[in-house]
Amino acid sequence: MDLVENPTPGSDAVALPRPFLKWFAEKGWSPRAHQLELLARAQAGENMLLIAPTGAGKTLAGFMPSLTDLVMRGKIPPGSAFTGIHTLYISPLKALTVDIERNLMKPVTEMGLAVTVENRTGDTPQSKRQRQKLNPPDILLTTPEQVSLLLANKEAERFFKDLKYVVLDELHSLVTSKRGHLLSLALGRLRRHAPTMQTIGLSATVADPMDLQRWLVPQGENPAPPAGLVHVTGGAAPDITILDTENRIPWGGHVSAYAIPDVYREIRRHATTLIFVNTRFQAEFLFQALWTINDDNLPIALHHGSLDAGQRRKVEAAMSENKLRAVVATSTLDMGIDWGDIDLVLHIGAPKGASRLAQRIGRANHRMDEPSKAILVPGNRFEVMECQAALDANYLGAQDTPPVGEGALDVLAQHVLGMACAEPFNPLELYDEIISASPYAGLSWEMFERIVDFVATGGYALRAYERYAKIRKTEEGRWRVSNPQVAQQYRLNLGTIVEATELSVRLVKRNAKGAVGRGGMTLGKVEEQFLEQLVPGDTFLFAGKVLRFETIRENECLVSNTYSTDPMIPTYAGAKFPLTTYLADQVRAMLADPERWKVLPDQVRDWLAIQKERSILPRRDELLIETFPRGKRFFMIAYCFEGRLAHQTLGMLLTRRLERAGARPLGFVATDYSLAVYGLSDMGAMIADGSLSLSDLFDEDMLGDDLETWLAESYLLKRTFRNCAVISGLIERRHPGKEKTGRQVTVSTDLIYDVLRSHEPDHVLLEATRRDAATGLLDIGRLGDMLARIKGHITHRALDRVSPLAVPIMLEIGRETVPGEAQDVVLAEAADELISEAMG
Amino acid sequence: MLHRLRLAAQSSTMTPAATGAEEIVVHGVAAVCDPLGGLYLPATGMLVVSDLHLEKGAAFARRGMMLPPYDTIATLNILAAVIARYDPKVVVSLGDNFHDRRGSEYLPANLRTMIADMARGRDWIWINGNHDPDGTIDLPGTCTDELIYGDLVFRHEPSLAAGPNGVKGEVAGHLHPSATVRRREKSVRRPCFASDGHRLLMPAFGVLAGGLDLNHKAMHGIFDRETLVAHLLGRDRIYSVRYGNLLG
Repeated sequence: MDLVENPTPGSDAVALPRPFLKWFAEKGWSPRAHQLELLARAQAGENMLLIAPTGAGKTLAGFMPSLTDLVMRGKIPPGSAFTGIHTLYISPLKALTVDIERNLMKPVTEMGLAVTVENRTGDTPQSKRQRQKLNPPDILLTTPEQVSLLLANKEAERFFKDLKYVVLDELHSLVTSKRGHLLSLALGRLRRHAPTMQTIGLSATVADPMDLQRWLVPQGENPAPPAGLVHVTGGAAPDITILDTENRIPWGGHVSAYAIPDVYREIRRHATTLIFVNTRFQAEFLFQALWTINDDNLPIALHHGSLDAGQRRKVEAAMSENKLRAVVATSTLDMGIDWGDIDLVLHIGAPKGASRLAQRIGRANHRMDEPSKAILVPGNRFEVMECQAALDANYLGAQDTPPVGEGALDVLAQHVLGMACAEPFNPLELYDEIISASPYAGLSWEMFERIVDFVATGGYALRAYERYAKIRKTEEGRWRVSNPQVAQQYRLNLGTIVEATELSVRLVKRNAKGAVGRGGMTLGKVEEQFLEQLVPGDTFLFAGKVLRFETIRENECLVSNTYSTDPMIPTYAGAKFPLTTYLADQVRAMLADPERWKVLPDQVRDWLAIQKERSILPRRDELLIETFPRGKRFFMIAYCFEGRLAHQTLGMLLTRRLERAGARPLGFVATDYSLAVYGLSDMGAMIADGSLSLSDLFDEDMLGDDLETWLAESYLLKRTFRNCAVISGLIERRHPGKEKTGRQVTVSTDLIYDVLRSHEPDHVLLEATRRDAATGLLDIGRLGDMLARIKGHITHRALDRVSPLAVPIMLEIGRETVPGEAQDVVLAEAADELISEAMG
Repeated sequence: MLHRLRLAAQSSTMTPAATGAEEIVVHGVAAVCDPLGGLYLPATGMLVVSDLHLEKGAAFARRGMMLPPYDTIATLNILAAVIARYDPKVVVSLGDNFHDRRGSEYLPANLRTMIADMARGRDWIWINGNHDPDGTIDLPGTCTDELIYGDLVFRHEPSLAAGPNGVKGEVAGHLHPSATVRRREKSVRRPCFASDGHRLLMPAFGVLAGGLDLNHKAMHGIFDRETLVAHLLGRDRIYSVRYGNLLG
């Protein structure tokens, strides 16, 4: 993020105050046309959206209206009445606020402006936060959570009454998440405190700018005109290639271990390399692997969200001083931090979305007019195709950013409680304020009342908790918090990011007696919920090894080495982001068109050619189903290309239907590209003799009753529920260091979910969960689109053995249990064994 | 766990016949493990249940977490069904009857009546647990820390020492035992009765109570694992699996 770029000759700088003109002149620069346009229109009172590629001087443009206004205001004389903040800068990343402070202070100091700039994040010491409330800076740089926290304070009105501008950085990435929902609600409240305040959104290219233009202004019954748009296009086309390797590209997996020597070679060839991975696990893995072959002792660092803040700051500082040769990073660094002179971006694993790739590549060579250089490193053969598709998309400038969704109800509940903490609220006024936020513009009064009721007493039809209400209605009809503890609870639970509890995985040795020792190295962290399903002796793949689960001791998961090469339980080491619809379509198109294979590596081309011989390659609009026997089982593979989440949902529903059809399914596996169901009956033969109809099996009606029944037991829905329960304040967030002290103080959200489902299925929190699931973890919307698309386009191939295209998914093994009666079948089998043992 | 809630909802139509129950012997005393989670001793006409954790939702609500207020009625429905099944002379609730000390005091009147109806015509003994050490308020029955009946001692927390007067057999709760059975790469986890023939741990009866695996370190040293059998609660029968055979 350079504040000032190369000069744009001949641009008109007349609107700028003297210190600016002088400063630009001294530097031999002049402001760019889009910076001046934004300034002029903001000064005329417009809310603004600036869409520009990286390196276009976006941030300076965003701050110019504030800085010029502050220069004209001049220094506040000592002894004046309290002055609240002038400008609020909100970014999704803590690191970005620190970076912006550093970069903003440079011109401010050089111009000698009497402007104070400070940041405020979760890392800011309590004493500084306190001081900021008493003596606010002119410009406060912060995150969405901090804004909500400030708004829930009794002093909020005083603090924000002088607010002129809200600058929202990386707006495209904020608006589509629950954090964006929370922020939109906060904006509604900020407008109440400072009715004339203006918004300035800064964004990378998005699919639909009008979404953001509306998001920036009040909606509701009388929506304001959408924010003005300044759209900077151009920039040099990036130079992107797929890694050229001598090594064999694996069939499955995501860690790209095969490519480590190639990655190291590229680091050596370049001055500074930024290496992006999709998951924390991949980051850890790659970092360790690079250091084992780092014979030249190159300074290679690691940066991801679960590292300690101090450590991250150190890496960031070293990077901007050009002291590092490479940094391995997750999405924590997707966004505009000043990374010094990066001349190469390496992307490990498939990018999963064309827009995300464009963003990440923009990190290299932060100059708009020079091409950034990037190399994609696919983890397996499908990813090679996905990388190629993303690469084509980037050249085409395609965009697949998701649309701004409907505001989540759990976030709304959190906000309502926050507003009661600030001051007793009038429900009519608060409702108007809430529907002024674009994600909540369609919220009904009835739903709002249900949410208020939920916040007060849990919103149950059985009014059992009136005496414990968290907020109560006063005689004047306002809602106030019942006691100060409620406000404290709110502050502790604030935020929309629910981290899965993770345990570190430690490799230990088993002694001759089979007892496990202590010590040994930590391999990384695994979700507690994943570990809960393991029993001692289970094997799973982690940190590139097949490990044997031993036990959980305190906060650690102990594992030992095993000689097995066939892990029983796969971990989701793959991408957290599902493949976007756009890229999926591109991969299908590529698969169907041998002309497009020419650009693919030989080994991938051969793979596809053999597939074509043995089976077929589906057309772009076609769904290929393969069936074949293997071992004692029969497999059915569906090549849907709709992303892992939609496939998981489909897998759950298909196994139900197959069970009813008598195919005796045992389980399924889902990847981003395909779905494999395995069972005891020959599904190929059943399709051939007509006892199993594929068009019935894949009929859209599965999204009706089957879905409803499955939801009752779904692990994924339970996880969605858990997030909603935490965000909405139904249960308390677990804080690090304040973990459970014993079984009795924790409560299983799975059980709460079951109780609620059986006694009050229409409860508002279940409604919130279902809405989340439709777009989130279950991707039901996408599944529905697919079922509609493939109707009448299903092709079945009965094979006598596994096909080349099926190998990647066959390398994974199912972990979801078969629903329904099968559970008791497993129990009966165990009991029957005991009987035969006793009788035999 | 949902199946327990289904049971609660269906309890009015449940057959009184104790199908699928498993007969066992604890320290010489014959007992029946019922799939609803109760233990019936035919010789004395005693029904034992443990860890009802009534009013758990309300206990959390008192601390600002508004959990669903339906757990108590669900648990009591299952209890009513198991009582109807055996028509016991004595009901023993083995501690953690309520989730917190204020649970029985603030129990809604309709639920209080439900318990009174169940207790009519029989003895009712509330063993005190760590969650509710002060006993129950305004409910039928007697509160006590420990009960000795023949050769068995009934208490909330399992004690590794022998009972008073050299009583060796023990029936306890507290730990909410559950076990995981694995077959064909599938695992199923269920609450269970766990007994090595001399000591028996009761499954938690309350629908919001949760479970603790038999492998958990808190279970260490309580049983002789050579003879330990987990009697898992299935949908309509008990599945008895030897400890060493749980994982196939």
